[in-house]
Amino acid sequence: MNEVNRVNGMNGMNGALALARRDIRLAFRSAGDSLLGVIFFLVSLSLFPLGVGASADVLARIGSGVIWVLALLAVLLTLDRLYESDLDDGSLELLALSGLPLEIVVVIKCAVHWLTSGLLLVLVSPLLAILMSLPADALWALPLALLLGTPTLTLVGSIGSALLLGSRQGSVLTALLVLPLYIPVLIFGVSAVDGAILGLGAKAPFLILAAMQLAALALAPFATAAGLRLAME
Amino acid sequence: MHALANPLRFQRLADAVLPWVAWPTLALTPVALYWSLVVAPADYQQGEAYRIIYVHVPAAWMATFTYVMVAVASLVGLVWRHPLAEVSARAAAPVGAVFTAIALFTGSVWGKPMWGTWWVWDARLTSVLILFFLYLGYIALHDAFEDPARGARAASILALVGAINLPIIKFSVDWWNTLHQPSSIMRLDGPAIDASMLYPLLLMILLFKLYLLTVMILRIRLHLDERKIVNLRLGTRDMAA
Repeated sequence: MNEVNRVNGMNGMNGALALARRDIRLAFRSAGDSLLGVIFFLVSLSLFPLGVGASADVLARIGSGVIWVLALLAVLLTLDRLYESDLDDGSLELLALSGLPLEIVVVIKCAVHWLTSGLLLVLVSPLLAILMSLPADALWALPLALLLGTPTLTLVGSIGSALLLGSRQGSVLTALLVLPLYIPVLIFGVSAVDGAILGLGAKAPFLILAAMQLAALALAPFATAAGLRLAME
Repeated sequence: MHALANPLRFQRLADAVLPWVAWPTLALTPVALYWSLVVAPADYQQGEAYRIIYVHVPAAWMATFTYVMVAVASLVGLVWRHPLAEVSARAAAPVGAVFTAIALFTGSVWGKPMWGTWWVWDARLTSVLILFFLYLGYIALHDAFEDPARGARAASILALVGAINLPIIKFSVDWWNTLHQPSSIMRLDGPAIDASMLYPLLLMILLFKLYLLTVMILRIRLHLDERKIVNLRLGTRDMAA
């Protein structure tokens, strides 16, 4: 709260940096929460070899798809910590009054959220590629595809998480709202990785992933900010 | 538009228009069904099975058309806070969801004899399935809050975000090589379908539009009445307290 008050006194760049510092510090204080997404990623992945059989060719064929689906779910699970605690303790209202446009607040919060969720998934993904017996090319293609795709997941998810603030249902409904919007990222994410593995050339899906990230960065903050204003009325 | 925004004036207009759409809907249903299912010639390639087109195409058109209505009404409701716009978006969404379900179901029934499979994950089918999920999300979000006004506005924002899906549905058959055939009616060089099959299809589409209008008027009236009842109840409770 004190730090939020500090954001209040500043404007422009300084306020934005203060908010980013505050959110990063909060994320570090509860590092366990950030790690939960990664742990979910690892634990649920280890179910697949046990479920479908551990033969290397089966795992290699479904590997990129399974890893992407789990990445979607891992991001989905962490969405409720984006705005909920800030709404509960009143920081969100102070931020809205701070003079910093709410859209910028959203971008910063999403960036920090991505650093503590999506980026961790990117970093551990080569390990998962090895666990799923993916070929060597996946070791660069999978992290690169996740690097381009997971920010989109955070940004799109932040819309759903803002719209559902204070609702009765909460996280089950987040899945219904957000997962359909995640489907394009899944499709092009998997085709990027598979294209690289099979040597078909994956430039187009990588470019589309990047384009979706830019489009989400341009549009999602406005929808999210509208949702946050609604929640604070 | 502004004159219509007044719920009272809308009630009066709706009462006047309703018989002019409800009766033609009822009267045209047997005509259109008989024409398309019996009179229209069988296809030289697909035989009788092609007749599913007479339900599938209008339902699919109405599925996207209704979403456009929901999105536009949501925008008007968010920007100008027209009470009627919010009510009509809410009234349209379940109708659109049913149209989408019909389009998916009939497409699947058609796909079995033609493509040899109930379902393929191509771009058109997948994007229409996403449309169906968006409708469900809209309806669920609408009812997720204690305060109905909050639910209405949150759902409106979702409807606008989901509108990104509409061009993807429309152009999916042109952008990707899909199993689903490209458009054969709305083409620059005229429809690629014989007149004896086209006219019953157009009549079917007209029938679906009339049906949508009828149901919309009824549902909007229903929601307005519901609002009135809630307000009356709140009023009496205040007086009792």
